[in-house]
Amino acid sequence: MSETGVHSSAIHERAHKAMADAHLQEAYRSSTLRLYSHRLQAIGQVPGFEPLRDRARELKREVMNHLDHYLAQFADNAERQGGKVHWARTGEEACDLVKEIVRSAGAQEVVKSKSMVGEEIELNHALEAAGIDAVETDLGELILQLSGERPAHIVAPAIHMTRHDVSALFVDKLHSERTEDPEQLTAIARKVLREMFAKAGVGLSGANFAVAETGSIVVIENEGNIRLCTTAPRVHIALVGIEKLIPRFADLGVFLRLLGRSGTGQKLTSYTSILTGPRRPGEDGPDEMHVILIDNGRIGTLADEKMREALYCIRCGACLNACPVYRKIGGHAYGWVYSGPIGALITPQFVGLGQARELPFASSLCGACREVCPVKINIPDLLLHLRSQTQERLPAAPQAGAAISERKSMRLWAWAMKRPWAFSLGGAFARFGVRWLPGSAGSGAQKWITKLPFFPFSNWTEGRDFPAPDPVPFRKRWEKLSR
Amino acid sequence: MAKQSPKVALFITCLGDQFFPQVGESVVRILRRVGATVTFNPAQTCCGQPAFNTGYREEAREVAARNLDLFDDADYVVAPSGSCSTMVRVFYPELFAEEPELLRKVERLRGRFYEFSEFLVKVMKAEDVGASFPHRVAYHDSCHLLRELGIETEPRKLIKAVKGLELVELQDNKLCCGFGGTFSVKFPEVSVAMAQDKLRAAADAGAEYLVANDSGCLMHLAGYIHREKLPIQTLHLAELLEKHE
Repeated sequence: MSETGVHSSAIHERAHKAMADAHLQEAYRSSTLRLYSHRLQAIGQVPGFEPLRDRARELKREVMNHLDHYLAQFADNAERQGGKVHWARTGEEACDLVKEIVRSAGAQEVVKSKSMVGEEIELNHALEAAGIDAVETDLGELILQLSGERPAHIVAPAIHMTRHDVSALFVDKLHSERTEDPEQLTAIARKVLREMFAKAGVGLSGANFAVAETGSIVVIENEGNIRLCTTAPRVHIALVGIEKLIPRFADLGVFLRLLGRSGTGQKLTSYTSILTGPRRPGEDGPDEMHVILIDNGRIGTLADEKMREALYCIRCGACLNACPVYRKIGGHAYGWVYSGPIGALITPQFVGLGQARELPFASSLCGACREVCPVKINIPDLLLHLRSQTQERLPAAPQAGAAISERKSMRLWAWAMKRPWAFSLGGAFARFGVRWLPGSAGSGAQKWITKLPFFPFSNWTEGRDFPAPDPVPFRKRWEKLSR
Repeated sequence: MAKQSPKVALFITCLGDQFFPQVGESVVRILRRVGATVTFNPAQTCCGQPAFNTGYREEAREVAARNLDLFDDADYVVAPSGSCSTMVRVFYPELFAEEPELLRKVERLRGRFYEFSEFLVKVMKAEDVGASFPHRVAYHDSCHLLRELGIETEPRKLIKAVKGLELVELQDNKLCCGFGGTFSVKFPEVSVAMAQDKLRAAADAGAEYLVANDSGCLMHLAGYIHREKLPIQTLHLAELLEKHE
């Protein structure tokens, strides 16, 4: 990976920094809570929301199990509608395709709408390096482009910033008047963006869904900028991860009912655009429509039967809002483009498990993510699977301060747990040993240890006390009880 | 209550054995009170979850495999932990998916394996076990119990039946307490911050006691309470059900 790549071992430092920042904590707390409760309200109004989730999951499973078929069907139909379909195996290939299309369109300026796959393939860097001016037109993404940051959330990319932060950024970068009024801030952005919309020869978008049956791509939004990006410039390029396929047009209803409600708590977002080929004679719209179908590691996930389920994700962001860990450490701590539970799951698929080895452990496995997932991805189970892959396939990670490696200590633990006498002896040793540890008395006879030796146990007592083992374990008490 | 006294093997759990034996004693006495015959096989140690949770499946399998034969003579196996019950009922099938012979044993075990509150309410049809405790009590849904086993009403039924007790619900009562097994030492700062949130919610609800069915969560919460000297106490459900105040 480049210097902008994921560095998951730094997750602890970034998390620590985020948690020490009260301003940031409040931004995350209030925004995730708002999105979380809006979702709850919205789904409460839909009778049969559960069967809808089951149906969506079933459809995604169908697509993933026959992805070759649906991709071919989509490509045929998209071309039949006058679109041009391109295939990109890697992010680099996708970026090259975009550059080529922009060049042959004779364009210098590009307007972009929000696209997570665009972030994933680091398109902005590639365009910048090629001397092409690309401007983000989604308000959140524009803010990030100005601040030089990655999205902190899948659907609310600038979730970590307050209006105060945005105001300061606009003053600094756009030399605008200082205001914290959201409407005025939006107006400032709009003014900048309108000029770009008028100039741009190419508009870039992502896709929320790609319909195999009709060759259409579907994008949803609230700001109206996607509609402009995909219709005003002469050329439209849609970046589509190959997991975005859905079989039939009729299936779209299932997903649209889920996506808005799960993501932002909206019945539908303000705009839903269904784009099927370029403009027809006498119509408005782009002369050319290009669809770039992007693999970038997805085929590898597809090949892993267990992990395949991760490709069902429709990027609603609900799991982030529900996740107590995300709420604390924030999106940037995850170190790459996708954050939260789903980010911990798919980032290793994109950048390699070695690069992202800490991510599957950044979860208490509480399952709140699975509870809100519109396609019921068993995220905790897949995280456990990735944890086992980490231990089985990767060389042991260096652990500063550890007397013996985690693997060795687990071997020792298993050895003792298979032998009740060794288990009891271990308990006896611990009872003996804790006499010399600093501690204090609690309620009743319980002694609490204030500082444990040996990593990683020492981590426990950083912020909590640890109970000393009971002087008389249950197995000794049982004799009396059974009399 | 069942007509014949069912034979119940206690799965004490490693934490229960070494750290919280008084919880195990309460479990035994309550099970007897509702008419069960309790057995304890001292050959048991741990369900294997610490290794499984951290990704060491081979080690988890070695430890878990021992448990498959230990309780053959019992009608039921009961554990005072939602998480260890989840390990047996939800994760053992996954752990032994490739080993048909052991998988058959898993199936035999998991069909008889119950979490304590679930067993009392669903099998023994017991809700009021004769406790009285005139205090404000909040119940914390531990995540495995709630989301993997779907046990939400059973503990509340038991708690509500305690005389004089006032059950209060916490704001965001389904939010994780931050224990998460080895998560607690891999991400200690986040883990502790989550405990802080949970205990703030308990304080806001005016709870004097926080009750849960998992010693892992309770050890984590009590450890924070003790460090910060917070005016609240934790109790395992089994301990609560033995109170006479």
